[in-house]
Amino acid sequence: MKRVLKDKTKEALAAYAFLAPNLLGFFVFTSIPVVVSLLLSFTEWGLFTPPKWVGLRNFIELFQDKRFWQYSFNTVYLMAAIPISMTGSLLLAIALNQKLKGMVIFRTIYYLPTICAGVAIFMLWRLMYNPEFGAFNTMIAGLGDLLGLKLQGPNWLTDTLWAKPALIIMSVWQSVGGQNMILYLAALQGVPRDLYDAAEVDGANAIQKFWAVTWPQISPTTFFIGIMSLIGGFQAGFDQAYMMTGGGPNGSTTTIIYYLYNNAFVWYHMGYAAAIAWVLFSVIFLITFLKWKFFGKNIHYT
Amino acid sequence: MSYQDEIEPVVRSKEARKQRQWGKVMHDSLIYIGLCLGAVTMIAPFMWMITTSLSAPGAIFSDRSWWKEWIPTVFYWKNYIDVWTVVPFGRFYLNSVFISVALTAGQVITSSLAAYAFARLEFPGRDKLFFGYLGTMMIPGAVTMIPVFVLLRFLGWIDTYQAMILPGIFTAYGTFMLRQFFLTMPKELEDAAKIDGCSYLRIFWHIIIPLSGPALATLTTFTFMGSWMSLMWPLIVVNSASKFPLPVGLSYFQGLHNTNWELLMAATVMMMLPILIVFVFAQRFFVEGIKLSGIKG
Repeated sequence: MKRVLKDKTKEALAAYAFLAPNLLGFFVFTSIPVVVSLLLSFTEWGLFTPPKWVGLRNFIELFQDKRFWQYSFNTVYLMAAIPISMTGSLLLAIALNQKLKGMVIFRTIYYLPTICAGVAIFMLWRLMYNPEFGAFNTMIAGLGDLLGLKLQGPNWLTDTLWAKPALIIMSVWQSVGGQNMILYLAALQGVPRDLYDAAEVDGANAIQKFWAVTWPQISPTTFFIGIMSLIGGFQAGFDQAYMMTGGGPNGSTTTIIYYLYNNAFVWYHMGYAAAIAWVLFSVIFLITFLKWKFFGKNIHYT
Repeated sequence: MSYQDEIEPVVRSKEARKQRQWGKVMHDSLIYIGLCLGAVTMIAPFMWMITTSLSAPGAIFSDRSWWKEWIPTVFYWKNYIDVWTVVPFGRFYLNSVFISVALTAGQVITSSLAAYAFARLEFPGRDKLFFGYLGTMMIPGAVTMIPVFVLLRFLGWIDTYQAMILPGIFTAYGTFMLRQFFLTMPKELEDAAKIDGCSYLRIFWHIIIPLSGPALATLTTFTFMGSWMSLMWPLIVVNSASKFPLPVGLSYFQGLHNTNWELLMAATVMMMLPILIVFVFAQRFFVEGIKLSGIKG
């Protein structure tokens, strides 16, 4: 009995020792900062003077801040890329799932933009969108020459009308063959064969089989990808804005996170920035909570 | 779809079979044509990048007809040499390698230790603690960003390497992913070792770790890639060019040489290269890692 007890204590001690490095770092860089950030959101703080407690004022100001609403709208607008890209990913996954030769090569090619994601890609696309010498407008002008017309492409990133669609096009290109496609591919491979066999006995054609068998079977994956993209979408847009547009023209490509960054690290409105972070967190929490409430937390998605 | 072909027709005339084969050829070629068109769209921007990176200074603004933008006809390799002398590109490279390697090593080591405790050991408060870990996974980085910056400033760590490395090491995600993997191993593995009186550290090191190659490789690749690409955090905590990692260096370079497109693109190509090399060797782990992340519910 004593022996067992001793072993248990030993095991627990060992466990705490194993946990210690991660747990310590986790407390310092996650747990405590979360609390501090909440406290900061109730203060006015310019970093170089002591913080001043202002209660709910940051939040009230935030909800009256026209720019905040504009940037929230931008963030949601840019999420138009999500359904487009998801549809593309699903179609690609279906094509790649046909067990034909050379599919691995195609998968690799489609995955390339995801692999190279980040600053390099944004720098590349910024030049491609250049109105005079960029790839797009040179193509459009070249096409015009072929047809004997004088065609002039839009000013892409410097035009309030075109800046957001330009970013959406880039984002679809970048994500269509990425992880969502791979998740869909895994889901398609997991659909039981006998369901298709049964549908065939009933004389279903390819499209009917898709809607009656494939679509419902992979819907957990669709749901998972959708939720994750939504959560990601609310936090997206910093790198693009920083590298390509500076948030402009006229704030038309500034997203919530870019506004937060500017508030905190350019204008030193630390309290206000913390308030933005907590509004963002609330939205994400709400999405996660609804997902959990309606679909349970133990669905296995692949 | 191809599933039709798998069912062997019981009775079928030669004619009908021929027709079916013809249908399959049509179906397959349509898929290939679609995939090829898509693949061209995927590759085209990279072609444009390579072509631009190889053109003579200023050539982009004068003598390029529209198809020459996509296929290199001039090979001005000097750009790739110039880029190293015009900006401290080598320095950015070294910084990025150092930061990413240190961050990844720290992440993999601390996560695997913690994951071992969560998955294989029993101790009071385990489930509560783990639940707490899980709960923090949905907290956006934006929330902790400001306090961590304030903390680093308080410690006098602004503009240091540890400011870029340390906060990225301790994520719940790595611990969670490895725990899921460790849980799949049979309990008997350790029992024999325990009877022999092995310490927990030895069990961890000689039994668990050697069996976790794929999971560790996946976490390594993902962490490395994430760190290699990260722009915002280094931007916040570092301000001297000698400490810039590649993304920050590249954005800085973009501001300085806005009109030297061929240099900008040569730099871009060189930033992508290491990632592409990693990808070629580790493609399997990318795919596995994505599937794992899809299970986390």
